[in-house]
Amino acid sequence: MQFDQLLQYTLSGLATGAIYALIGIGFSIIYNSTGIINFAQGEFVMLGGMLTLFFLELLKLPLWAAIPCSVLASTLGGVLFERLAIRPLRQPTPINLVIITIGASILIRGLAMLLWGKDTHSLPPFSGDEPIAIGGATILPQHLWILGITVVVIVANKFFFYHTISGKAMRACAYNRRAAGLVGIDVRRMVLFSFIISSAMGSVAGIIVAPLTMTAYDVGIMLGLKGFCAAIIGGMSSGLATVVGGLILGVLESLGAGLISSGYKDAIAFIILLLILFIRPQGLFGKADTERV
Amino acid sequence: MKRFLTVCGAACMVALWTSLAFGAGTIKIGGLFSVTGPASFLGEPEKKTLEMLVNEANAKGGVGGMKLEAVIYDTTGDATKAVQLATKLIKDDKVAVIIGPSTTGESMAVIPVVEKEHIPLISCAAGIKITDPAKRWVFKTPANDHVAAEKILNFMAKQRQKTIALLTVTDGFGASGREQIKALAARKGFKIVADEVYGPKDTDMTAQLTKIRGIKPDAIICWGTNPGPAVITKNVKQLGLKIPLYMSHGVASKKYIELAGSDAAEGIMLPAGKLAIYDVLPKSDPQARLLREYDHAYRKTYGMGASTFGGYAYDAFLLVTGAIKKMGPGTEQIRNGIEQAHKLVSVSGVFSMSPKDHNGLDLSAFEMVRIHKGDWSLLK
Repeated sequence: MQFDQLLQYTLSGLATGAIYALIGIGFSIIYNSTGIINFAQGEFVMLGGMLTLFFLELLKLPLWAAIPCSVLASTLGGVLFERLAIRPLRQPTPINLVIITIGASILIRGLAMLLWGKDTHSLPPFSGDEPIAIGGATILPQHLWILGITVVVIVANKFFFYHTISGKAMRACAYNRRAAGLVGIDVRRMVLFSFIISSAMGSVAGIIVAPLTMTAYDVGIMLGLKGFCAAIIGGMSSGLATVVGGLILGVLESLGAGLISSGYKDAIAFIILLLILFIRPQGLFGKADTERV
Repeated sequence: MKRFLTVCGAACMVALWTSLAFGAGTIKIGGLFSVTGPASFLGEPEKKTLEMLVNEANAKGGVGGMKLEAVIYDTTGDATKAVQLATKLIKDDKVAVIIGPSTTGESMAVIPVVEKEHIPLISCAAGIKITDPAKRWVFKTPANDHVAAEKILNFMAKQRQKTIALLTVTDGFGASGREQIKALAARKGFKIVADEVYGPKDTDMTAQLTKIRGIKPDAIICWGTNPGPAVITKNVKQLGLKIPLYMSHGVASKKYIELAGSDAAEGIMLPAGKLAIYDVLPKSDPQARLLREYDHAYRKTYGMGASTFGGYAYDAFLLVTGAIKKMGPGTEQIRNGIEQAHKLVSVSGVFSMSPKDHNGLDLSAFEMVRIHKGDWSLLK
């Protein structure tokens, strides 16, 4: 086993893990303010990539303009989803809500397929595709974008949740919905906010990974599941724990594929998911009962 | 009572007359394609091709003086559904021949039905099991995977490359290719030094490629359909691998070059069906003209380029109409006509069927090409 091989596995794993982390945080933000797992999260990742492509190719916008447009459009999708499918529900039991999100994910995927077809598409990289050598290993400029944007998003998240009124109000809803309502916080508005934030983050994730992984109407399923794994490992926290969860998942997958067998790559992710759910349902880093935001 | 009999008699007459009229005037061709669902990339162009060809033939006055009618059902890639729909085609629609299904799994499920009902079936799936061993009523148009594999290995032998690293996708296509290459490699004296796989939706294969880099094989053979191979091509460039990379015929489309980027795809070699490369074929190639016409007609009708998959339905249609012209419109006549097809020039290749070979294609169905400046160039 050579050192540069090991380095390459780790670097590749970290880059993939950052993607999982970004998607995972989207899951946990919604979980914390509504108590549901939003299985449509992966579809917002898909929407990010596909909408960027739509703005690039059909409306002929430059990349720097297509990206914010795409994030805005996906966020609008998130708002519509919350308004039309989540809010009107008479009896918002978790199981009803989860089933609604699954239904919505199928609907969004189907619409995307009808609108944009079944082909896979590629986005141009943000800043060239000349590999960068680190030790004996190489990464692409796009990987740096992914790592960088993940860091920015995490920091912005932290700031929002701890230093702004809306963020604090959302945390209050996470602790105790009823009490938050009693002190005058509009809980439903906070739920809407959580959908806005997570759909925006999902689409950002979808956009920055598209130059590497390519995008199609059905990329949301697998990426969504992996993001869900990351969130579970991180104990559904919307902070650092989920990021670490995603990175661990990415590195383990990559090492597993390199050192054991590539046939077990996905199995590794889902075995970790099951083990965590069985043994440490509060997440790898959580105490039995912990703050979630 | 008498009146009842008259009515009955009249009804019988009408029934007889209409069935005769239809029997003499139209030939029904059944189509089973997975137009939606996971294999829709196969079924959709197949359906469109068949519809286009039937309309074209009818506009020219039909085949042998008879109009054609296509009855096409969507199997959604589901074997159970394919069997039900095959029965429906045979019992309710009374088709003379069935084209499809699109996938190997569905075809294997439908085979017992058509064997029992004595209806010719021309499968559009590539699995070798469909026609090996040959079954009386079953044919298929895509060339066997091992033909493409053999093409690569023959080329490698010329380059004196001896050790192979395999990188295959974990679906039916990849598993079949992996098996065929391993069997052929053993027979031809190659050595498989790495046997890696990846999932159809995987987004990063640098781990597998790093492992392969450590083993230093003479060449890598990757077997999969988009987008996996495009990701691998990008990963190879990222890692700066200098090992020759062969792809399967599964990515022989401009779409692959577009996805991988012409920079990263430079120098990749693969066996391509001739439809993908008709504009670089020499004029003397027997298929060149037909391929151009098919692509142009498809572009005119549907506004997009024809695909290899649609070509499978094209082949089937030519086999069927050829048989009808030669032998007649009965199911037995069509079956015999297909089996006697000799040097029939079509999209997937030049078909020469025999009672033992119900596929009829050989190594000439593919050409080895290298990607150069975002386009194909023929390898000699």
